Amino acid sequence: MTVTTADPAATYRQEAAELLAQLEETLLDLESSPDDQELIGKAFRALHTIKGSGSMFGFEAVAAFTHHVETAFESVRSGRFGVTPALISLTLSSLDHIRGLIDAPEDAARPEIEERGAALLAALADIVGGAASGAGSAPPALIPSPPGERKTWTVTFRLAENAMYCGTNPLLLLEELRALGECAVTALDDRLPGLDEMDPAGCYLGWKVVLTTDQPRTAIDDVFIFVADDAQIAVEEAVPLAVAAGKETPSAAPASPPVPSAPPARGESRPSVRVQAERLDSLMDQVGELVIAQARLTQIAAASDDLALRSIAEDVERLAADLRDTTMGIRMLQIGTLFGRFRRVVRDLSQALDKSVALITTGEETELDKTVIESLNDPLVHLIRNAVDHGIESPEERLAAGKPAEGRIVLSAEHAGAQVLITVSDDGKGMDRAAIRRKAEERGLIRPGADLSDSELFSFIFHPGFSTAGQVSNVSGRGVGMDVVRQAINSLRGSIEVASEAGAGSRITLKLPLTLAIIDGLLVRVGAGRYVLPLSAVEECVDLSPEDDAQGVTDETGGRSFLNLRGALVPFVRLRGIFDVPGRAEGYQKVVIVTSGGLRVGLVVDHVIGQYQTVIKSLNWLLDDVEHFSGATILGDGSVSLILDIPHLLKKAQAGHVVTQAS
Amino acid sequence: MTKMPDSNVTDGRTDGCALQVLTLGLGGEIFALESAQVREVLDMVELTEVPGARSFVKGLVNVRGKVVPVVDLKTKFDMPALPPTEDSRIVVIEVSRNGEDSMVGVLTDRVLEVTELPQATLEDVPRVGMTWQPDFIRAIGKRDGDFVIVMDIAAIFSSEGPGGRRKTQP
Repeated sequence: MTVTTADPAATYRQEAAELLAQLEETLLDLESSPDDQELIGKAFRALHTIKGSGSMFGFEAVAAFTHHVETAFESVRSGRFGVTPALISLTLSSLDHIRGLIDAPEDAARPEIEERGAALLAALADIVGGAASGAGSAPPALIPSPPGERKTWTVTFRLAENAMYCGTNPLLLLEELRALGECAVTALDDRLPGLDEMDPAGCYLGWKVVLTTDQPRTAIDDVFIFVADDAQIAVEEAVPLAVAAGKETPSAAPASPPVPSAPPARGESRPSVRVQAERLDSLMDQVGELVIAQARLTQIAAASDDLALRSIAEDVERLAADLRDTTMGIRMLQIGTLFGRFRRVVRDLSQALDKSVALITTGEETELDKTVIESLNDPLVHLIRNAVDHGIESPEERLAAGKPAEGRIVLSAEHAGAQVLITVSDDGKGMDRAAIRRKAEERGLIRPGADLSDSELFSFIFHPGFSTAGQVSNVSGRGVGMDVVRQAINSLRGSIEVASEAGAGSRITLKLPLTLAIIDGLLVRVGAGRYVLPLSAVEECVDLSPEDDAQGVTDETGGRSFLNLRGALVPFVRLRGIFDVPGRAEGYQKVVIVTSGGLRVGLVVDHVIGQYQTVIKSLNWLLDDVEHFSGATILGDGSVSLILDIPHLLKKAQAGHVVTQAS
Repeated sequence: MTKMPDSNVTDGRTDGCALQVLTLGLGGEIFALESAQVREVLDMVELTEVPGARSFVKGLVNVRGKVVPVVDLKTKFDMPALPPTEDSRIVVIEVSRNGEDSMVGVLTDRVLEVTELPQATLEDVPRVGMTWQPDFIRAIGKRDGDFVIVMDIAAIFSSEGPGGRRKTQP
């Protein structure tokens, strides 16, 4: 086991990226509910942490810049200035600037970067400062305690026993409290253990501090901002006898922000461990090997009379299955982490295009393999940009069409069996069938006047270079985007469905497998070879009747034949033909009905062996020209079996000219 | 499954002027692979054929949990194909391509020995009088009076030559 020491700067970058993403989300939330004190506090804390750890890890430019943004937010938090759209916009731009500073710290000193930072800060100071001087323009939302008024607080805090291991120094906390005002500090030693039980580096003391200060309550909370999670902290206002005159002070205390020792009840602070993605990948590989080895053991045990061996094999089978599920669970991320980014995309884009668009997301808690989530970013950006640019009309057009001025884009995720459906739908003008048809005819993709179903017609939008946009805008229209979407989804072994109604909007559904590493497969035999079909694509298996079998037999290359399946005509192809297997199958053949991307085709196989869970192995570069297979897997007896590439086979079959190899 | 016999390699001095190789028989000829490239030698097993693959790719084999393609260099060298015998072995070698290492199995009629070919006995490849493409050969050495052909694995796998890509109709 090798333990690599993490580069602290890299760790900071990663943490900062997460904080920035969280901050972005908070700001966008804040835009819709500008009075939410909890959100303001959250944004402030994120800025504070970015600044604090920035200077700790040598990102001085980040720390310096963030400090000013934080100062601006400080005045928001203390209620001197309300949240306005202008402030949010400016803070979002500042956030991008911080991101730039973190990504390329060496550029921070370049004059244009510095100028940009200075310009942002000046604008920020304008907004906040201007509001402060022009009092009354934005009435303060909440004044817990106007600065200048002296109050006495009793602060009691106990740190976690391991606090000093984590680098917390209680003396510094006391120092910070002293800086706020007059302090009387008493140590609480009631929890001090006996000498023999004492860990010399443990923190057993608590402190009671009576603090008299003119600073607001929030200033005290800030002292504990980094330790609040693990520490017990109580801040109470000591009612001074002198205030018996009946001022408003006692009632002000409950109105102050929640005590940090009671963390927001969102379940965000569950303990977690940061793990490098590569380690998870290799863990998954090893579990894959284990599953294969276990399948072999089970097979050997089943053939043996040794009861002890059988019972061990069963135990191992159960353990391997649990381990696989746990490992897959570790790799699962909530898709909400991805959805969050698109709010910004929609906001910026709709502003640039002078449209009013609301993004509604559902199913954020849907979990997907992390590799899948990472590869979904680009396709979804393209789909959303397309929806905003081509789908949603301008507010005037919408009103004229009797729709609300604000367009809606719904981004949703849900589980459907072993698949996850991700849908991007809009209530815009829908796709222009006539324009797509015209373009397809122009480009020679279809014969003029050809009879096409909607889904066939819409699938042309995924052709490379296919765009019906009259004009190329800087947002979309070059016809590149949808091709990217198709390729990305194909490589994830997913499929795309498009539906659209003129005037009512479009809906694009991405169907994706839950995980890329392990699939449930149906093992079939064709000639001497055994092949795996992904079970998610399999609808049913039926016998091939002699009458159906007689069709197209003269054409052994797999000519187009049809099967009558409960009244529906389903085309079928012979895998023997596609794989160039000579001779004819013995006995009854089976037809496996598979579906993908709205197509339904029967694949004729010699024999259906059964259902297997398989670990997908990619094919070596020597095989990068093979067409019909998406990967390989190792069967229980140790032999290798190929996994059929269903979408590819279906397209071939549907096109009616199955390519066979010249031998 | 037999591991590479290491004893022959480690004893004796490895002077810089000798090329350490694994010699093997293909058809009637003796070929050599640099032993640094050789991972292990497997007994012949049933291969999983890959419909549609290039003709010199004979199939796939499971090498300790990894799916490895097996190639027949005789197809590549335009030598007549022979059915496997009990001497047949699969030599698993490491091939680097675009900076990524991957394993490839090479079908051989028999595996001879791990030996050293002194640099002095290595000769350049004659451009004429050869039955196979000179590009595939790194050098020709001599061992006990026989010619030993040292293969250039990188060149063999990057070429499209005989036994390269099969033609697919549109």
